[in-house]
Amino acid sequence: MTWLVPLPVVMPLLGAALTLLLVRRPRAQRTVSLTVLTATLVVACALLWLATGEGALVVAVGGWGPLGIVLVADQLAALMCVVSAAVTLCVLVYSIGQGMADGDEETPLSVYHPTYLILTAGVMNAFLSGDLFNLYVGFEILLVASYVLLTLGSTAPRIRAGTTYVVVSLLSSLIFLTAIGLVYAATGTLNLAQLVGRLDALPDGLRLVLQAMLLLAFGIKAAVFPLSAWLPDSYPTAPAPVTAVFAGLLTKVGVYAIIRTETLLFPGGRVADLLMIVALLTMVVGILGAVAQADLKRLLSFTLISHIGYMLFGVGLSTGLGLSSAIFYVVHHIVVQTTLFLAAGLVERRGGSTALDRLGGLARVSPLLAVLFLVPALNLAGIPPFSGFLGKLGLLQAGVETGGPLAWTLVAGGVVTSLLTLYAIARVWNLAFWRTPHPSLPAPGPTRLMPRMMVGSTLALVVFGAGLTLVAGPLFDVSATAAEDLLQRTPYVSAVIP
Amino acid sequence: MTPNLVYVLLVGVLFATGVTLLLERSLTRVLIGVILLGHGANVLILLGGRAGDAPIVGATPEEGMSDPLPQAMILTAIVITLGMTAFLLALAYRSRHLVGHDEVQDDVEDRRIMVLAERDEGPGTADTSDEHVRGSA
Repeated sequence: MTWLVPLPVVMPLLGAALTLLLVRRPRAQRTVSLTVLTATLVVACALLWLATGEGALVVAVGGWGPLGIVLVADQLAALMCVVSAAVTLCVLVYSIGQGMADGDEETPLSVYHPTYLILTAGVMNAFLSGDLFNLYVGFEILLVASYVLLTLGSTAPRIRAGTTYVVVSLLSSLIFLTAIGLVYAATGTLNLAQLVGRLDALPDGLRLVLQAMLLLAFGIKAAVFPLSAWLPDSYPTAPAPVTAVFAGLLTKVGVYAIIRTETLLFPGGRVADLLMIVALLTMVVGILGAVAQADLKRLLSFTLISHIGYMLFGVGLSTGLGLSSAIFYVVHHIVVQTTLFLAAGLVERRGGSTALDRLGGLARVSPLLAVLFLVPALNLAGIPPFSGFLGKLGLLQAGVETGGPLAWTLVAGGVVTSLLTLYAIARVWNLAFWRTPHPSLPAPGPTRLMPRMMVGSTLALVVFGAGLTLVAGPLFDVSATAAEDLLQRTPYVSAVIP
Repeated sequence: MTPNLVYVLLVGVLFATGVTLLLERSLTRVLIGVILLGHGANVLILLGGRAGDAPIVGATPEEGMSDPLPQAMILTAIVITLGMTAFLLALAYRSRHLVGHDEVQDDVEDRRIMVLAERDEGPGTADTSDEHVRGSA
């Protein structure tokens, strides 16, 4: 069944070509995009099922063996593909709803569909890639697509935000490329499975340099604290569905790359402590930024940065429970953060603005919208019984198990961050939804009704996010075995090099 | 192979000039910086492989072949850099079209703090929404 592995990359790319040909026929474009992404979701689910049952599926594209492109669908990669495909599909439905309602002014659909599909292909390629250079190519595919999506319509604020975003992303790509050059010079291969043995044989100092450069490159992409200033500056200006899909997926691809390289290529080592410190700073600084914001989208961008810290916490612990909770948390956070940005898009429509000091009384205007915002918001803050609570609980347990002053500090930081998230969310709730609109408030922009497709897709993601609690048992089983495989390293290596 | 000193110096110079240009405010200079950095990275990758004659089976004995893999990777990287250059140029052109120059502007937060500093107030109760910025941009 290995022929399934390239499909999540190939199908969106072919779909992109087809939608580009159908530029003048929006209805056909929509049909193609929806079909392709649905098929991708089905294939991704099949991959996860096969990877769980039979172990990793490996394809050496073109028969070049470890020299050429190798795609590996192990449990971790397949799980990421499933969640990403589900999220991209929902956001596509949302954006179609928005495009139809807005008369295509803000999101020119002719470029939107091909670019969106290419973005999906890039994300899938990064997840499935079995060598460093193909990972780089995956990153570039998704980044180039994201440049176009971020500057859609090329209005002045989007060009300003896009400039920062493009230059920072280019810098991280160049650091990654340089690291690839150095890794190849030191070991003579870029295949992850081959690197396992060869990197272990290198002197410690050299390994540390390679590890630091890769971490730096992925850290910028994942928006880890000292490298995160670009994110809240660029994401909020894009159209709502674009921000949502960026927030859900792009930073998580960086986190995935960190998980993959840290466990497979550089296990143990001195950098784990550094990762923990950085995780703490990311959590605390990020959430303090969120508390200070006066705009809903910017506030959500800061919570996004802050919660990246939880995932790094799990990676830094590098125990089975820590890693498996981190993987669980990635899944939870992709869904919840996307949902919140979609809800923010609906707030902008219904309330006319996302500035918290202009909104008010939305709970009375639209109770449905209030539910759509409140459920994922509580999920993000980690209120039981939602999946955010389960993920955080797992991480805190792992921290307590490891013990030591650093782990305990992180446990405390995690609890404080969770409480501050609740505070930030409660502030939004009080200002935008609960208070009665005051006549002295500056008037928000024109309000519009919410199209059924936008509400429907947001509702689907809200239910998906809440439903993670119901499947938390099996999901934790999958993430636990994935984490076990990552720590052992041999299942991955023996699957690629039999 | 043992790296050739000329290449090593070339990589160093390309990286140094590239980083210097990357710190400029004008997007066109940033673009040239990115291109130079990209070239630096490409030469570095080339240095990682064995030097030799064209790696064609039959034309060159196997022990005299150069390593073709870095060359294949550089080719991919060059194509990506080309696309990025075109996009950045378009971005710079559009920026000049909209605001009259292609300089990277201060971000929202920085401007907020600057305005407050001019009014001699601490940060706190400022109202800076997207609409607000859009109006002043």
